[in-house]
This record gives sequence, C-alpha cells and structure tokens, in this order.
Amino acid sequence: MSEKLIYMDNSATSPVDPEVLEEMLPYFNKEFGNASTLYTLGVEAKKAVDKARKQVADLINADPNEITFTSGGSESDNMIIKGVALKEIQKATEENPKNHIITTTIEHPAVLETCKFLEKFGFEVTYLPVDESGIINLEDLKNAIKDSTILITIMHSNNEIGSIQPTKEIGEIARANNILFHSDAVQSAGKIPVDVIEQNIDLLSISAHKINGPKGVGAVYIKKGVTLEVLIHGGGQEKGLRSGTENVPGIVGLGKAAELANIHLEERMKHNQEIRDALMEKVTSNIKDSYVNGSMENRLPNNIHFRFSGIEGESLILRLDKKGINGATGSACSTHDLKGSHVLAAIGIKPALSHGSLRLSIGPENNIEDVDYIVESIDEVVTYLRKLSPLWDNKNDKYIGDLFEKEVDEEDLDRY
Amino acid sequence: MEEYSDKVKDHYMNPRNTGIIENASGEGTVGNPVCGDIMTIYIDVDENEVLTDVKFSTFGCGAAIATSSMITEMAVGMTVDEAYNITRNDVAEELDGLPPIKMHCSNLAADALQAAIDNYRYRKENGEI
Repeated sequence: MSEKLIYMDNSATSPVDPEVLEEMLPYFNKEFGNASTLYTLGVEAKKAVDKARKQVADLINADPNEITFTSGGSESDNMIIKGVALKEIQKATEENPKNHIITTTIEHPAVLETCKFLEKFGFEVTYLPVDESGIINLEDLKNAIKDSTILITIMHSNNEIGSIQPTKEIGEIARANNILFHSDAVQSAGKIPVDVIEQNIDLLSISAHKINGPKGVGAVYIKKGVTLEVLIHGGGQEKGLRSGTENVPGIVGLGKAAELANIHLEERMKHNQEIRDALMEKVTSNIKDSYVNGSMENRLPNNIHFRFSGIEGESLILRLDKKGINGATGSACSTHDLKGSHVLAAIGIKPALSHGSLRLSIGPENNIEDVDYIVESIDEVVTYLRKLSPLWDNKNDKYIGDLFEKEVDEEDLDRY
Repeated sequence: MEEYSDKVKDHYMNPRNTGIIENASGEGTVGNPVCGDIMTIYIDVDENEVLTDVKFSTFGCGAAIATSSMITEMAVGMTVDEAYNITRNDVAEELDGLPPIKMHCSNLAADALQAAIDNYRYRKENGEI
C-alpha cells in the first residue's frame, strides 16, 4: 500500500467531517435519552432531533414538518415508492387501476428493485430510456403518462455518470397531470442546489453518508398534504410515519452535515468542478482512447466517469489502489450480479468498453495539487494493462476489441 | 468486496510470462468481452512434447490475470498431455484459493491452455508444424 491516500470515491461514501463527529459524540453516552420520553434527557434528545430536522429542511428549502428521518437512501426510496403505491392502489376503480409508475432505466437499484418488486403485485412500471448523456426526454415522459399513473420517480442526478435530470420540468409535467413526483436526490443534496419548491418536487430521498455525515441515516421530504402508507409500524415515532426509536446521534450528524453542505455549497461546487475539469481535460488529452461517459453540461460538479478501451475496471482499481488512489468502476466485477453497469448499458456503451470504466467522485478533502499525480498514475496503469490485453494491438497501439465481439453463448451465460 | 489471497495479489500485481510468442506452436483464446474476460495463451512445444515456453495476454479482473499468470508457471516443463489435464481447480488451489464468485467467472486459464494445446495438436496433425 502506498503511503499517499487520495480518496476519490465520495459518491460511494465519504468520511465523517470532524465537526459533524464532534456534534454527534455527546449523543452516544451523555445525551443518550430516548426522544420520546418526558424527563430532561429525553427532552434534550427531542430538541436535538428537531434541530436536525430544521437543518435538513433548510438544505432543500422545505418546512421542518415535511422531513422524516430514515436509515438512509435505500429506506427512503422504499418508503416513498411502496408507500405511495399502497396508498394509491386503494383508490382503484373498475375504470382506473391506479397502478402505474414511471421511472427510468438508470435509477439506483433502491428504486429499480423496488419497482420490480411492485410489478410482482400487479403494478405496472414504465422505464424511460435516456440519451447518450444520461438524460431523459421530456416528451417520452409526457407520452408515458396514463390515467392510471400514480407516481413519477426520477432521480435528481445519477450516481454513476453524474447526469442531472431536468427535475423542475419533470415536476411541472407531474403537477399538470396531478401525479406525485419523487426524486432520489441522494447524490444531489448538498452537492448542487436542491430546492423542492422551485423544482416542483413532492417527495425526495436523501442520505447522510454521501455528504460527510454518518452511515445508516437519511431522510425523506414529504410535501405537506401528501399522504402515504406506512411501512414500518410500531411506537409511532416520526409522527407515525416511521416507527423505531430515533437514531439520535445519526440524526444529529445528518443535520450538521446538511448544515455544513448548505453553508459551503457554492464554494464546494467550485472546488469540485475545478478538480473535475482539470482531471477530465488532462486524462482525455494525455491518454489515448480515453473518454468521458455522460453529459458534459448537465453533470454533477463532483463526478468524473472515464472509459478506457481495452482494459478491465477491477484490474484498474486494484492497481490504482496500490498507488493510493481510490475510485470505482462499472465493470461486471464491481457489481453483485456480475452483469456490469445498467447505467452504461442505458447510455449505449458496449459491454467490452463499459468494463473499462473508472468513476472518480470528488469531496471537499481532495486537492487540485493531486491532479497531476492522479493523471500520471492512471496513464501508467492503463498503459500497463493494455500491454497485457488481447484487446489492444500493441504493435500498432490501437484498440482491437471489436474483433472479439460475439454473441454471448450458453457457456458464457452459465458463468453468471 | 471479498479479499484475494496474497498469492493471487502477487500474481496480478506482478504477472509472470506476459506477452505474445511469435510463431508459437499453439495458441488459444477463450472468454467473451461481454463478461469482461478474454484470455489468450501461447505455447511452444519441443520435439519431446514438452512445453518449453508459455505466455499469456489477458483482458480481465485481478483473478483473470492471476490465473493466467499462475498457469504459465505451472505448465512450463510439463508434457502436452500433462498440461492438458490441469483443471480450473488446480489453478485455484495453486493460488491458495479464489473468492467463490471468481471461481466461476474469471477462472478460465485452464480452458485457454487446453485451447492452445488443441490448436497445437490440430496444426501438428495437419502438418503445419
């Protein structure tokens, strides 16, 4: 292991900010009260939770009463999608089954798998395609709407390629058709402006650990007046929307992280974008056959997603790790089902090429001074792996992977 | 993610016998870019049917590179018949094991070596070498 550590996988998770940690610590053993109890310890815990509710609300321009704490982004997505589906299906009539959901092909698995789950119970789901930038077409959305549509769930920005959806316009379309609009903003909140009023959002998911808060805590925004079925029943915490004793230290951490993200939003966006643009420019101009996946215009300032022909992502990640650089890949090896990235497939990247992808996601602790070292390291590793690769013609220094493209045969499928 | 053994790590960080053998006695390619692994193995065989040189070229994950590298070390000095009997399990065992998920998908080196030997035998039968 190299001594230097350049952590650039902040879209996977991020280190807890020392200020956040300091704020959380008393709530583990000094102010450990149950927020539902009446004595001072409990009242103090309740106050801390309410303070965090205000901090989270401020980050997305909501009212504190519209914020409910959860265990993280995945729970938030499940709670909203299943909660709306179960609420709306009760209004089904002979003419209108009230069972149609619209989403996209590039959602996070927490949304996609939840939609697939609901399909088993008679819900119908439309998966909108995206263009090569990873953005939906608003006309497709309009055309997909039916009388039975109860929910549009489209992510604010994509976790792999950082493409930012036209959330405001999606919300307008949803409003005009009287359909609820949920946005998974796990990668956006605290990274770019998220404003539930201006962007016409009815329901929103966020997570703490992507914004230098702790793991295991997140929140949902539920617009005043919107109701959904409750999934976690019990003692009635969080106004009955999510039972279970409040994770007070986690909630305090989420609140502080949201506050800091809010205060530093513009400065961090600028910081991230400087590093992003320098890296994208230097890598694509220095390394042959290297490309940026996703939109160049509508892209998270902290997201970089490269593609290198002729090499495989896991090998790239392992070698970069030896150089002290931590990133992610869309290669099959990085996914639990070994099928490779559904997002890269959706934007039309051939499988052999999607294996050679590298996501670098920037955080506040990254430095522009490290850019040259990162570029050199990537260059060195890519060059080495190409020397080893049958998909790279080393005599003529070019990609020949297309020669190997073939239909997947039974034996290959069997390997999944 | 499940960790690789030290031996696997050593072989993917410092792969042995990489490259191409010009005018090899036999060569074999297996895998599919869709799955993320393509492996070519080159062999040189002497008049006693002994493998004198084995090299590889691999597009794939750490396990794919490590198994390729490992089998080149195992096969040199073996007769063609002996080398043909090396199994996927033999390679994995020699590497002190592979994560279960990799046993299936990236452990193709034995197949590639067999393909190279098949190619050698075919060429020999047809008088090409």
